[in-house]
Amino acid sequence: MAGPGRKALLDPLFENNPIALQVLGICSALAVTTKMETSVVMCGAVIFVLTFSNFFVSLLRNNIPSSIRIIVQLTIISSLVIIADQFLKAYLYDISKQLSVFVGLIITNCIIMGRAEAFAMQNRPSLSIMDGLGNGFGYSLILLATGFFRELLGSGKLFGHTVFPLATEGGWYSPNGLMTLSAGAFFIIGGFIWALRVWKRDQVEEEG
Amino acid sequence: MKILRTILDSQARHFHKGGKLEAAYPFYEALDTFLFTPGEVTKGSSHVRDGLDLKRMMVTVVISLVPAVFMAMYNTGLQAHRAISQGALPLETWQTAVMIHLGLGAFDPGDLLACMLHGALYYLPVLLVTFLIGGHCEALFAVVRKHEINEGFLVTGMLFPLTLPPTIPLWQVALGIAFGIIVGKEIFGGTGMNILNPALTARAFLFFAYPAEISGNKVWVAAQTSADGVSGATWLAEAATLGHQVLLEGLSWWDAFLGFIPGSMGETSTLGCLVGALILIVTKVGSWRIMLSVVLGSLAASTLLNAITSETNPLLAVPFGWHVVLGGWAFGAVYMATDPVSASHSNSGKYVYGLCIGVLAILIRVVNPAYPEGMMLAILFVNLFAGLIDYFVVQANLKRRRARYAA
Repeated sequence: MAGPGRKALLDPLFENNPIALQVLGICSALAVTTKMETSVVMCGAVIFVLTFSNFFVSLLRNNIPSSIRIIVQLTIISSLVIIADQFLKAYLYDISKQLSVFVGLIITNCIIMGRAEAFAMQNRPSLSIMDGLGNGFGYSLILLATGFFRELLGSGKLFGHTVFPLATEGGWYSPNGLMTLSAGAFFIIGGFIWALRVWKRDQVEEEG
Repeated sequence: MKILRTILDSQARHFHKGGKLEAAYPFYEALDTFLFTPGEVTKGSSHVRDGLDLKRMMVTVVISLVPAVFMAMYNTGLQAHRAISQGALPLETWQTAVMIHLGLGAFDPGDLLACMLHGALYYLPVLLVTFLIGGHCEALFAVVRKHEINEGFLVTGMLFPLTLPPTIPLWQVALGIAFGIIVGKEIFGGTGMNILNPALTARAFLFFAYPAEISGNKVWVAAQTSADGVSGATWLAEAATLGHQVLLEGLSWWDAFLGFIPGSMGETSTLGCLVGALILIVTKVGSWRIMLSVVLGSLAASTLLNAITSETNPLLAVPFGWHVVLGGWAFGAVYMATDPVSASHSNSGKYVYGLCIGVLAILIRVVNPAYPEGMMLAILFVNLFAGLIDYFVVQANLKRRRARYAA
């Protein structure tokens, strides 16, 4: 894979992560990461919507009048979200129940609109797919890591399987209640941003 | 003393630039300035000549905490002994074993020394863990950031154990203070840069992470209260559930004022906090403006809420006089709200800051059904606005001066 495609795919992982650097899509990162299971499904749905919305917006980019481009983008995105939502309801009903409104709210996820407007409107379809996948993976990376720590520390489990036996059930681990609150996700995501900026110093903002 | 100086000076070269132990300079510096007043002075052309440095300020706060520390030991023991004499069983802990081993297994509530000792057995380990873990976190950041170890931790480390119940597990103390020091202080840049009060940040972390060990009715007395029909609830919690009639009929206001009630270790005595407040105000280390406005804010809020009558919320009827002697109100108003770093800096800003805390603490206590106590959350919340309050004070001043000098 050559230059721009590779860059579009890999940059959003660490160099330009949608959550950690652009601070987009935070709401869903707080809401669905109490468990790994819901995090994984949410990531899948976002990757699907993001990749295809980038692809379709990019296909149509030369035919969309600039004055109504937001409406056209939203139509594409919301159609894709409805497909994802219906699919989850049909095949993963329990998880779809737990994710509740947050699947529908993918429409308002700033990452998707942002990539459609900032990237897909200017680039050819193949490159836009790469960008959609890359940003989807960047989003998933943070979501899964957050879900990992929140489920492990908050309830001693991973994917519903007990890892740390709880003190209330005869084990030794006292679950950390803060992790199951939304505020816990802030601390974990904040910790990631801290670690990332220690590793990549150029992401640190100038003070001023 | 001279020997000490000679030893320090002879070792100094190892810690300065290029020395073998350069990385450990903060430790050397901390020991040196702790033992001797440093000889360096400001080199610029203008500076304030004053004996009041960070070290003296912090030590003054620690001195003002002496009554609270005394109560933390005496009252913790007293509450345990009272519960035991009413029929509760002693906790199955090493503290109980030590007491029995020393021949104090009678757990007599009238024996002052036995109460002190029993309380100290609970308080001192918490204090020790706080300083050990918190001190190491502080030193770690000092070494990495290459700055001096600050005395600021001394006060945080004294305050934090006083806000905890006696039965708190020590690993939670360690986790809490590490969180308070790192997230509450160091990531903002260390002493003097923090937005939130580090001791309260540490307590809030435990409060939300492990609510079973820091709230409810079982943790405040170091004895097995619930099993034997002896109440271990704080009086504030009793007022919230049974109604304020309990306060008026069953319980003594003077007990609450002097601090002989169940609660966090150091917070129970309003008298102790008053003595501390006096020391802080006379030495001008704590701001009387903040303390006064917290009082006024709480007075206004509780008087206003007293006017509402409700069948379902008995706390509405609790008068101001009871609010100030229950829970952490006095401790928070004197020691936590006046933290000079996380409070507003301007004098008129301090009034607004204190008023907000006073009103909010009573509001959370009375209107919020989830937590009986509101002082900690009120102070942390208003901490966030301290800078904003200062900003508006400065802007108002600019506006006034602009109007005065307008052509």
